[in-house]
Amino acid sequence: MRLVYFASLRERIGKSVEEVDVPGSVRTVAELIDWLGARDEAYAATFADGLARTAVDKKHARREASIVGASEVAFFPPMTGG
Amino acid sequence: MSSHKIRVQAENFDAAAEGAALTRGRRDVGALVSFIGLCRDEAGTLEALELEHYPGMAEEEIARMVGEAERRWPLLGVTVIHRHGRILPGEQIVLVLCASAHRAAAFAAAEYLMDFLKSRAPFWKKEHRADGGQGDWVAAKDADEAALARWGER
Repeated sequence: MRLVYFASLRERIGKSVEEVDVPGSVRTVAELIDWLGARDEAYAATFADGLARTAVDKKHARREASIVGASEVAFFPPMTGG
Repeated sequence: MSSHKIRVQAENFDAAAEGAALTRGRRDVGALVSFIGLCRDEAGTLEALELEHYPGMAEEEIARMVGEAERRWPLLGVTVIHRHGRILPGEQIVLVLCASAHRAAAFAAAEYLMDFLKSRAPFWKKEHRADGGQGDWVAAKDADEAALARWGER
């Protein structure tokens, strides 16, 4: 699975993209965030405030959304377009 | 029937030319509402804005918003152009054009699209300061999020 990061999250994680092998037991966005945080404290710290927004295969997704079969999950701060 | 054009680009745009293109050859358009968002420097401290975006999702999400606007109002044409990259104070950032037979639908759809572009289109603004200091990411405003509530979606 490809993980992509934008804006302040990209800067905090220190990369814009990475490939990860996510275990089959990790089935939702929330579980993915927990799994990433358990692997690496820097991720846990980045996601600790609960403000990160997520997209699964380029569609906005909430924490309970499924990531099963997804090819790309994105993490980013609240958007400031327009 | 409605036609729409969606562009995410680094280049500047010509709002007048886009408006002319949207109405060219048509006899049924009675109202064309145009909104242009500009890069603003309130206190003389901004050197430039850097706009980051999520390629692919930005276009898809804007297309989804335009589709929803076309479902809600009797639109005859929509153009949305959103720039990314480095933008200087006074330069244009975003263009929304909505054409309809009557003004009410065109005004409402333009406002709807801008409200959603602010908080749902995957763009992020970083400020570069005129004094050379480390710039910050622009924080999302609660007011922008609240603006979505009146449209009764999400």
